[in-house]
Amino acid sequence: MFEARPAPSASNFLYSMTARLALFRPVEALPLRGTVNLQFLWTIRQSLCYDISMSSLSHLRALEAESIHILREVAAEFAKPVMLYSIGKDSSVMLRLAQKAFHPGKIPFPLLHIDTTYKFKEMIEFRDWYPASIGADLRVYVNREARDAGANPVSLGTSKCCGLLKTRALLNALSEGGYDAAFGGARRDEEKSRAKERIYSFRDQYGQWDPKNQRPELWNVFNSRIDKGQSIRVFPLSNWTEIDVWHYIHLENITVVPLYFAKPRPMVVRGGSLIPMEHGVIPLLPGEAPQMVMCRMRSLGCTPCTGAIRSEAGSVPQIIEELLRFRRSERENRIIDHDQEGSMELKKREGYF
Amino acid sequence: MIAAETNPESLSAESLSIDEFLARELNKELLRFSTAGSVDDGKSTLIGRLLYDARGIYEDQLDSIRKSKVNRSSGAIDFSLLTDGLRAEREQGITIDVAYRYFSTPRRKFIIADTPGHEQYTRNMATGASTAQLAIVLVDARNGVLPQTRRHATISSLLGIPRIVLAVNKMDLVNYSREVFEKIRADFLHFSRDFEFEEIQPIPISALEGENVARRGVRMPWYDGPALLEYLEAAPVSAATNSSPLRFPVQYVIRPNQHFRGYAGQIASGTLRVGDPVTVLPSGQSSRIASIATFDGELQSAHAPMSITVTLEDERDISRGDMLVHPEEQPHAARRFEANLVWMAEDPLAAGRSLLLKHTAQQVSARVHSIESRLDIHTMERKPAGALSLNDIGAVRIDASRPIFFDRYRDNRLTGAFILIDPLTNGTVGAGMIQSAIQRRALDLGHVTPEERYERNGHGPALLALANGPLALRLERRLFDHGCQVLAVAPGTHSATLYAAGLIVISPWFADARAIDLNRLPLPKDEDAAADAIMAYLEQNGTLATDRFSGGEGI
Repeated sequence: MFEARPAPSASNFLYSMTARLALFRPVEALPLRGTVNLQFLWTIRQSLCYDISMSSLSHLRALEAESIHILREVAAEFAKPVMLYSIGKDSSVMLRLAQKAFHPGKIPFPLLHIDTTYKFKEMIEFRDWYPASIGADLRVYVNREARDAGANPVSLGTSKCCGLLKTRALLNALSEGGYDAAFGGARRDEEKSRAKERIYSFRDQYGQWDPKNQRPELWNVFNSRIDKGQSIRVFPLSNWTEIDVWHYIHLENITVVPLYFAKPRPMVVRGGSLIPMEHGVIPLLPGEAPQMVMCRMRSLGCTPCTGAIRSEAGSVPQIIEELLRFRRSERENRIIDHDQEGSMELKKREGYF
Repeated sequence: MIAAETNPESLSAESLSIDEFLARELNKELLRFSTAGSVDDGKSTLIGRLLYDARGIYEDQLDSIRKSKVNRSSGAIDFSLLTDGLRAEREQGITIDVAYRYFSTPRRKFIIADTPGHEQYTRNMATGASTAQLAIVLVDARNGVLPQTRRHATISSLLGIPRIVLAVNKMDLVNYSREVFEKIRADFLHFSRDFEFEEIQPIPISALEGENVARRGVRMPWYDGPALLEYLEAAPVSAATNSSPLRFPVQYVIRPNQHFRGYAGQIASGTLRVGDPVTVLPSGQSSRIASIATFDGELQSAHAPMSITVTLEDERDISRGDMLVHPEEQPHAARRFEANLVWMAEDPLAAGRSLLLKHTAQQVSARVHSIESRLDIHTMERKPAGALSLNDIGAVRIDASRPIFFDRYRDNRLTGAFILIDPLTNGTVGAGMIQSAIQRRALDLGHVTPEERYERNGHGPALLALANGPLALRLERRLFDHGCQVLAVAPGTHSATLYAAGLIVISPWFADARAIDLNRLPLPKDEDAAADAIMAYLEQNGTLATDRFSGGEGI
């Protein structure tokens, strides 16, 4: 069901102030590889402002223009769009693009967070202040029935748990809300089956994807025709890569959840994995105990199913540097995509994003 | 094992600081290219090699490929497994859909539209080609130029891709022979002489051995051109659209308060400056650009492909689907035009079919007036045809229910393109590239034809038998408000004359075989709902031009 939303409180406000201040930290904490030149960084930002003398747009500005086109097209052609907001970096970029697309107007659709109740506390805090701070209308949906029945990834297995708390919850929220189009922040470079997904991904009455029967998508002309009960998932960031997303966050100075930045956090070290212990769902093995590890999250999901990576990266430029040095696909630390070969495709056929 | 080699994208601590690195990264250009070829040509291997050599493949993706169940070739790494995404494809070992791949080098970010090469996937090739600025046409050195090579080049040309790389692959299997390469090069240049490519760059490669892929190899000293990746990094990214005439299709009207009325859209071509005089199409009204508003502040000018919002100096009635242009550089305006069409649906297209046409930000109903010819993909000849089947490419004449504003596709790939949508299945069934407007011939002096009446009225004639008097009046009003020529009459009126005049006639009954008996329809009790149902019915049977009733233009 849709959750009742609290009014912005003083504590949220305080949090927002700290998080804003934290924005400035990254620049100070630049790597001491040679001298850090703040003036130089400023020059970069300036040089990236639109300049008519440039014969073509930089790749980020070209991606931005394409995404804004998609956002506007959906807002114009669908009766009731909604933007899936997962609190992560991709959602943050998508949200900024939506601000840009409809400026100086307000974003003409609500945001929807599917809360599995296993998210990191810092994610929920961020969710509760950031969208409100830019005037966006956020709704939260929880599959209360499944959650009250005790759904969790250990007793059910990750794929059943995702099925109930994410896929089922999402489908219920879309149908209860009467939404005919839903934006998602998925990118084609994330996973092999996503590489073939359209920007407008058609879903039948049951929210299912049929990869063999996708509508051809040519130029920037999108087919928005659907029948009652059907819907479209729209992926404005389809052509962005993980690095593009971080570059854009840097370029645009976008606030993201502090979990992305390295600091010592309590983790259980198991094999090569760092498992956050926040919700206490994962049982400890004999001899295991949480220890403080300098780490950060590369992608944000549910605490029991999202591993951290060892990292010293405390700023956006450092994250970019780390990504380039240490190339591991960001989904590697999410258990769900590795259930079996092609598991993401199976989930998507069933209605998952 | 794959050793972590020095990454050309990564930072070299000695030479580059993070901020210098970021500055360079942020100024990269974007190049979109398509590839077409079958598994046998080694296309997947070539892309895998490109991604790999450009270090675009993450280590753990490589790990998961080593675990993969199917392995089509023995040897170290099967690069092709990196690129085939869907389960069915992995099982069958073929590429059936368009897949998009991303990689970057220090100079550019690349988007690859990787498309299947077989004839039954022409529509996928066209899809991939539609956004590409460059195409790699892959040839197996052992086989030379094949019918499918011609098909790839033809589709690339039709879809307006300016640059072609002729990648002659598997040179390792022909002893890196210069003669073999020169023969293929000559064959290709000969048959593509009529295509309007700006540039064709032939490159001899071995994807398997990595020869001339990322860097120039040592085994073909006779070749002095660029390696494939070098060429991709240097090929001009078409900036020609900036100097083209301004085309600004209005996508969305932003009206946060009474003082701001902004027209949002992505510039399709050209440049726009504050103070520029503009003409609004279709109304023909003129005004000037008052401001260019963006989230990052006001701009003095903007160019394609930026997404912007403009305000005008005068209050004008402008909505989605309209277009702003410079007064002295107007596009064509026509209801009837000729276009090349890629047919993408299972059921064949015959002349007379009513479809929805989406062009820039507008959707109109349209009829395929006639099929002029079908392109024989083997002989490259255009032959008369009565229908177009799935994956056929033909020349068609389209009658739209109202004028659209376009440029020829060869002049503008965005304002010259349209898609066709089946109003019943909602599927995207055709992709069109406009060639020219069809001018009304001077000899059109005979009787006005039913087609011309249909065009003007937006509906065909109909005799609707409806016994329910109040509902008949309600329906007459609905149709009239909808813009139809409609008349409710007493039985016995000269309905045949009214029919010939193109009217929709409503009466309790008709003594005419052409009459549609609405009394048989299971209509809702509520009159409004019943009128709705009848409108939907008339739309489905083609009497009404669909867009006027259901078109998604509401903002």
